[in-house]
Amino acid sequence: MGYRMKTPISEVDVRRLRVGDTLYLDGVVFTARDEAHKRALDYAKEGKALPIATEDLAMFHCGPIAQRVDSGWRIVSAGPTTSTRMEMFEADFLDRFKVRVIIGKGGMGKRTTEAMARVGAVYCAFTGGAGALGAGAVQSVKGVEWLDLGMPEALWVLEVKAFGPLTVAIDTHGNNLYEEVTRRVEENLKRIYARL
Amino acid sequence: MTDEDILVSRLRENFLKLVDLAVTDLPANVEETLKDRLRAETSEIAKDQLRAILSNIEVARGQHIPICQDTGIQMFHLRVGEDFPLKAKLPLIIAEAVRDATAKALLRPNAVHPLTRLNTGDNTGMHVPYIEWSLIEGDVLDVEVLPKGAGSENMSALRMLNPGDGLKGVKRFVLETVAAAGGKPCPPYILGVGIGLGSDGVMKLARRASVRPLKEHNEGSGMADLEKELLGLVNETGIGPMGLGGRTTALAVNIEIGHTHTAGLPVGVIFQCWAARRAAARIYPNGRAEYLSHEVN
Repeated sequence: MGYRMKTPISEVDVRRLRVGDTLYLDGVVFTARDEAHKRALDYAKEGKALPIATEDLAMFHCGPIAQRVDSGWRIVSAGPTTSTRMEMFEADFLDRFKVRVIIGKGGMGKRTTEAMARVGAVYCAFTGGAGALGAGAVQSVKGVEWLDLGMPEALWVLEVKAFGPLTVAIDTHGNNLYEEVTRRVEENLKRIYARL
Repeated sequence: MTDEDILVSRLRENFLKLVDLAVTDLPANVEETLKDRLRAETSEIAKDQLRAILSNIEVARGQHIPICQDTGIQMFHLRVGEDFPLKAKLPLIIAEAVRDATAKALLRPNAVHPLTRLNTGDNTGMHVPYIEWSLIEGDVLDVEVLPKGAGSENMSALRMLNPGDGLKGVKRFVLETVAAAGGKPCPPYILGVGIGLGSDGVMKLARRASVRPLKEHNEGSGMADLEKELLGLVNETGIGPMGLGGRTTALAVNIEIGHTHTAGLPVGVIFQCWAARRAAARIYPNGRAEYLSHEVN
């Protein structure tokens, strides 16, 4: 199925999505990688508020190339980074910050899949390396926080239009497309190893 | 300006141009191979991934922007003629060109201290940009610029096999590495495999294999058949584009081989994502560049 959704996205809407669906996003997407996850969870522990309200938004595992222009910033290239690096943070992050859509590449693990079912969030794959396509969907940079972490690790708040195609790869019903592929790969490998 | 100043500034411009070409436009044979694989795929999800990749390449070229936002840690391979001028100054000139490219937003500032994680902001730092040298006869400089993202680089693997593991052990290690990496190194990738030498040497062989242009086989060392066999096996795993399943996991498997110690069988594996960015030029002693990887008007 094909969907187009605009942030903020409700829990009811996100629970309609199934693995294999295609999604295009409008609205606000913020970026967060390793360092921003770490800092956000540290803030939560200390009872400090994040610089932006994250609930019902989409989070993009991405470190963009951004360029300063007269009016602020321009996003030059913005594709996904490898999501498994955030696996150690993501379940706690979802419980605490309740984003509805996570966009990345390479998939995420069991703890995140369980948290997504619990919280009501999906993981979408955006084609790795597609930095030019990603930047094309960005209408404007609404803000940037934590720039002291460096350009890639900062928290970029982006207004996007028709951001996609995104492939729903983990849904709220415990389905994980990467786990399905991994199971098939393991079966194929058994056959291949027997022939070596 | 002295003659030396003029030459320094020409070299700096050439290096900047090479970085620019590498990050905004792929060598033509990568795109051709991706199109071939789109025809071979049957799964809709796999086809969507390949279509997005192809359209991304076109947009980047058309708008002259980086193909992928991860423009890597800049790696330069230099083959320096013994009579080429300013040899000892090349690292400084290259670092300046990398700073220029970062200021022009062609490169994302990626270089951080490994422990404090502090970003230098200009892609230079300790041993960065990374330069590999070799000396050749004559007076020209052959230079390759190889921007490489971390998604694929993080999946690199080294195994010191026992001689008794033999060819079967080599194949098995390559396949285990591929399976463990799954969709993380941005398949379809070019798989570089090094066999032989020692622990550092084998990774250099793997590196060289991973940046070899597509459609070139290692006929000279008798590895061409093994390259084709491994490509078939890697694609049989079914990992597919971006690890979402499909027939295309690798675009090529390239092998480089060297002799090794009688007690050892080192094997190295390095993944080069589909955004196989590479620009090459021959630079003459007067600073004139002849671009080898891209058509430059």
